[in-house]
Amino acid sequence: MAVTPSFDVILVGGGGAGLRAAIAIAESAPTLRVAVVSKVYPMRSHTVSAEGGAAGVIAPDDSHDEHCYDTISGGDWLADQDAVEAFVREAPQELLQLEHWGCPWSREPDGRIAVRPFGGMKKMRTWFAADKTGFHMLHTLFQTSLKYSGVVRYDEWFVTRLLVDDGRVHGVIAIELATGRIEVIPARAVILCTGGCGKVFPFTTNAAIKTGDGMALAYRAGAPLKDMEFVQYHPTGLPFTGILITEAARAEGGYLINKDGYRYLQDYALGAPQPKPVLRTMELGPRDRLSQAFVKELEKGRTIDTPYGPVVHLDLRHLGAALINRKLPFVRELCMKYQNIDPVKQLIPVRPVVHYMMGGVHTDIDGATPLRGLYAAGEVACVSINGANRLGSNSLPELLVFGARSGRVAAEYAAGAPEPGRHAEAQLRDEQRRLETERVQPGGRERIADLRQEMQAAMEDSAGIYRTAAALSRGVDTLRALQERARDLRVEDQSRTFNTERIAALELSFMLDIAEAIVASALQRQESRGAHQRTDFPRRDDDRFLAHSIAERQTDGSCRVGYLPVTITRWPPAERVYGERPPDRGLKHELSHYTSSRTVPS
Amino acid sequence: MSSHITLRVARYRPEEEAESTFEDYEVPCPRDWVVLDGLNHVKDQIDGTLSFRWSCRMGICGSCGMLVNGEPKLTCATFLADYAPGPIRVEPLRNFPVIRDLIVELGDFMGKLTRVKPWIIRQVEKPLSDGEYRQTPEQLDEYKQFSMCINCMLCYSACPIYGLDPHFIGPAAIALAQRYNLDNRDEGASERMRVLSEHDGIWGCTFVGECTKVCPKHVDPAAAIQRYKLQAALDWVKGVVLPRATS
Repeated sequence: MAVTPSFDVILVGGGGAGLRAAIAIAESAPTLRVAVVSKVYPMRSHTVSAEGGAAGVIAPDDSHDEHCYDTISGGDWLADQDAVEAFVREAPQELLQLEHWGCPWSREPDGRIAVRPFGGMKKMRTWFAADKTGFHMLHTLFQTSLKYSGVVRYDEWFVTRLLVDDGRVHGVIAIELATGRIEVIPARAVILCTGGCGKVFPFTTNAAIKTGDGMALAYRAGAPLKDMEFVQYHPTGLPFTGILITEAARAEGGYLINKDGYRYLQDYALGAPQPKPVLRTMELGPRDRLSQAFVKELEKGRTIDTPYGPVVHLDLRHLGAALINRKLPFVRELCMKYQNIDPVKQLIPVRPVVHYMMGGVHTDIDGATPLRGLYAAGEVACVSINGANRLGSNSLPELLVFGARSGRVAAEYAAGAPEPGRHAEAQLRDEQRRLETERVQPGGRERIADLRQEMQAAMEDSAGIYRTAAALSRGVDTLRALQERARDLRVEDQSRTFNTERIAALELSFMLDIAEAIVASALQRQESRGAHQRTDFPRRDDDRFLAHSIAERQTDGSCRVGYLPVTITRWPPAERVYGERPPDRGLKHELSHYTSSRTVPS
Repeated sequence: MSSHITLRVARYRPEEEAESTFEDYEVPCPRDWVVLDGLNHVKDQIDGTLSFRWSCRMGICGSCGMLVNGEPKLTCATFLADYAPGPIRVEPLRNFPVIRDLIVELGDFMGKLTRVKPWIIRQVEKPLSDGEYRQTPEQLDEYKQFSMCINCMLCYSACPIYGLDPHFIGPAAIALAQRYNLDNRDEGASERMRVLSEHDGIWGCTFVGECTKVCPKHVDPAAAIQRYKLQAALDWVKGVVLPRATS
């Protein structure tokens, strides 16, 4: 029986959140034994793909309250305001910490940190490292983590299950990809940092590895998922590849135009077009509104047809080669390499593309889940600071702030938690039997790729930018049927050595669970809020749905959705206004009735 | 252009065979398909046992490096149509032990990366409350290109020295050491210099510059190595002529 050394805290996932958490533990509790378990080498993690920047208040004309207000209104009042306040307060310190660790932030001529505008933000507060911010943050964190020799890495280990006993998490069971070895890695606490699940959709900016593993691990272990119906479509992806063209392209002054060359956003309550970018206006509106405007343009017949579906154009030509090369070099590189166009001279074809999960594993403000010993941080988690729609450049500071918080809190918990006991062995034996049986089981009929594709099609059909009860119900049925068919999966590869087909089967199984939670949550939310737009319920309904949805897996595998209240501190729900001055903010109202748990829809 | 192209893919299944073999797969060849799309087509539709690493498909995660017709390439940025009419030979990166099919062992690099101490080293850390270290755009430019390394291993695969002498610390690790040495916030150059001088592999580098040629991110490891050699030579001279001048 293979049981590796026991740890105090295990990070599942070695992206931005996991590495930040690992460093936080190494610094705050250097005697603790910490392990990072990741299915890829940490520097391959998807944080690497983030482009535009990371928000943190540093400008003299900016304030924490303004960043809070932008985030809360951008999230259509579904964010927990105490969490947003903590996030906004700690984000600048975290970004500064990365600066001290060597992150090559772009600078002002005098050497101070430079900030750029970003969508839905009323002030310039987005730190950036050209347009490879995530890449530089991830490599800075990874390289910095190497100096803490106490942090043990399990590179290319795939976690299949959380060990749970007596209501506590005691570690993980994982497969070493290179050898196929299945082991228990015991720990007093586990922090999930596995990122999102864009791959449940067909057209996404997300990397191949974004299969919702952590969400599924938590969900199966009995920890609920929160606000899963809120899926962010980024308005500007390249057709075919889904490669992201960062919002920074619009922040630097790019226009979105339809087939007539018209800046169509002016028709969608996003303000009037100006030659230069105006904050919280037009192209610098929030992502949900911009993606929804695309669909309306499509319905009006004003998009451009391409072999890969309808597109609009992103026009950067007026910015000039010098600015594009200095501020958006990766955009130019990606367009030239993958789209064979040069944005200095040509229009970039773009369409909305699945980008980010606002929802995730339900946590409190410290990343703790309701399951003792289990924490989550980064995109896998839902704290929630993003509410119904995340603002661009809030996710990178989020993974730092809550990675660090969860690391410190998990370390404290681990110091007092019981040593993982012998009960792990029975669960390991079960899991080994299951995985070994599946590995050598020949003759299934269903191809992994076919089921994956059908799942993705069902998700786009039912849980796309606009949703209806009929389409969502269809989605529920299709996913149930796919779950059944997935029992008869054909896995040709029976080897132990780096069996990627086996991993793809496990990932598919994770994704199907997550997809069901998304669709079930979306079906039950009978209102339109942020990224969740129901054509059959076109208005926001604060009486019934100013509430977080909580999806729990039932013993028969089905999903039950309940609700929890949203925490409102200082910003009472109001209308989202873009294109002009937002309503007066910062006023303290009598808000007690918003924090009571009155919102439980029938 | 024909609508299909043949991928001639190196297969190695250590549980079944002692050496690698080639297998041919015919894949569609639309204009915008890259080699990685072809491999995924094989995996999804023809042979689920073919194993390779990939993730972002946008040239930034560094996972999908392989030899394409003998040249180290990111397969997500290498178009099938550029090799028409084919066949296209796809093999694991050269100079690494092969784990299986197109997957190579990276442990050696991971160890070397740690050895060059790729983090900011300071005598005295400035507290966060004192704000940022100032760094002008010009100071950023000093090291910026060396910070663009995505650890894709193409340079190790192209490096004739690493091929002959696996103890050579190698192009990417040296470039990353220089990335920190040239950063005005860092004070660790002498510590790193000691690591780089532990092994004389670096003097074997004949400035062939293969590493720089294959780098998909326009990092110039060859320049980093030459700068290092010059610095090391100057330090040596200083050490001989003015022993007290060295730290």
